[in-house]
Amino acid sequence: MVAASFAEFAQQVLSGLASGGIYASLALALVIIHRSTGVINFAQGEMATLSAYIAWTLTFNHGWSYWPAVALTLVISFGGGVAIHRVIIRPVERGSVLRVVVVTIGLLVAINGFVLWRWGGEPQLLESPFGTGTVQFQGVILTRHEVGTILVALGTVGLLWLLFRFTKLGLAMRATAVNPDEARLVGVRVTWMLALGWGLAATLGAIAGLLTASSLLLDPNMMVAVLIYAFAAAVLGGIDSPVGAVVGGLLLGLILSMLSYLSQYQAFSWFNEELKLPAALLIILIVLLVKPSGLFGKPEVKRV
Amino acid sequence: MKTLLELDAVQARYGPVQALYDVSLTVGEGEVVSVLGANGAGKTTTLRAISGMVSRSGAIELDGKPLRGGPEAAARAGIAHVPEGRGTFVELTVTENLRLGAYTLKGRKVKGEIDRVTAFFPWMAERGNQRAGTLSGGEQQMLALGRALMSRPRLLLLDEPSLGLAPMIVRDFFATVRRLNEEEGLTVLVVEQDARIALASSVRAYVLEVGRVALTGTSAELQGDESVRRSYLGY
Repeated sequence: MVAASFAEFAQQVLSGLASGGIYASLALALVIIHRSTGVINFAQGEMATLSAYIAWTLTFNHGWSYWPAVALTLVISFGGGVAIHRVIIRPVERGSVLRVVVVTIGLLVAINGFVLWRWGGEPQLLESPFGTGTVQFQGVILTRHEVGTILVALGTVGLLWLLFRFTKLGLAMRATAVNPDEARLVGVRVTWMLALGWGLAATLGAIAGLLTASSLLLDPNMMVAVLIYAFAAAVLGGIDSPVGAVVGGLLLGLILSMLSYLSQYQAFSWFNEELKLPAALLIILIVLLVKPSGLFGKPEVKRV
Repeated sequence: MKTLLELDAVQARYGPVQALYDVSLTVGEGEVVSVLGANGAGKTTTLRAISGMVSRSGAIELDGKPLRGGPEAAARAGIAHVPEGRGTFVELTVTENLRLGAYTLKGRKVKGEIDRVTAFFPWMAERGNQRAGTLSGGEQQMLALGRALMSRPRLLLLDEPSLGLAPMIVRDFFATVRRLNEEEGLTVLVVEQDARIALASSVRAYVLEVGRVALTGTSAELQGDESVRRSYLGY
């Protein structure tokens, strides 16, 4: 009995980490843009949805096989992110933060409208690239999709870490994020770095969108909840900390799946799926009240 | 001596506020030249005009070629600008700051340049992984200098390097600049509030007053003239 319930527990932990990986990817996208542009990109979720639809169209309407379709989708998303920054965000970037925020909200509505207009509201099936079966290890049963999600999330984070830590481009992007004026003086083309940041964020979002679409169904509003979870993850980890976004995402996935796990017990039987979103919002609220800079963020210092 | 930098009737403005009315100056190859003047005279703006950080008009030429575009272009043309108040990325490590200094160089050279710069400042190699923000003020100013050297600049612009530093550290800093000038032939244009140390370290100087060049001469002349010292330099 004890062994069985341990397996059950471990299983819950791992599927928590699988959803956490998705939150982490999208949270990382939010953090990359917030660090460089100083705003929350409210359209991040819808951009991800659009990417997932592009992949779906490629496979379903144009007969592409899955991986080439994903590769092309990621490239399109990257280009789209760069284009959004150059064409839509850059002109308003100089003004107040509020202007950019309003523009991203506009973008959210526009993309959502476009997806509904182009593909309709009917949920579609986007199959998981990892197959449908399950994987068993020591009594722990996970779907192949969950295992794949964890691996993809880890791989993505690892690649980004290598980029930021060891490459000249990554260093220039970090320099741009921490001090754009200074970065210009050493010769960094700052506006291009910002555009690249949007491209990277859009690509990360696309990955989150594809993983979400194949664990649920592809539908125009599928990323709304995920975006809220990503907010919670980013706030929890510290809105300016990439490491924080990843840890926050995984932690949030874990917390939510632990709440589901506990709900089998009498004391927590009131908890069900419907309370997940409010729980995430509660976490945002608590973090903002108790430690506004999050787990890994640095407290904001304003120079007067 | 060959003229490296030439400003001819340069004007600059911050939005509606004009900061430079008429600044003409030259810096010869291998020279250390200082720009002096009271607060608000336009010293910092002169440097900002050279590296394209403010909107400007008039002619600015480096090595006979007009400088156009923003700071990125100036950096590519061979200008290293150390801005006022330490030009370091406080959140990045010492080594990362140095690597960024060599941003305009092609990839392979960076290691060699780090070796060259850390030969001048050995502590930068020993404490390469330390975050710049945790260095002392004097060390940050040295790091800013080290970072500027990484790009093998044609021209180094220093903006108020003495600001907020103890006198001993200021002397040390200027001694290093002089050494770089002698050993590497580095050309320097330095803006300084502290006229005494600046004149002691430069061959020529310009004195600005309300956005115009009021006075120019060799450092020795300016130092020797008591009325100039009293009315313009305040010591």
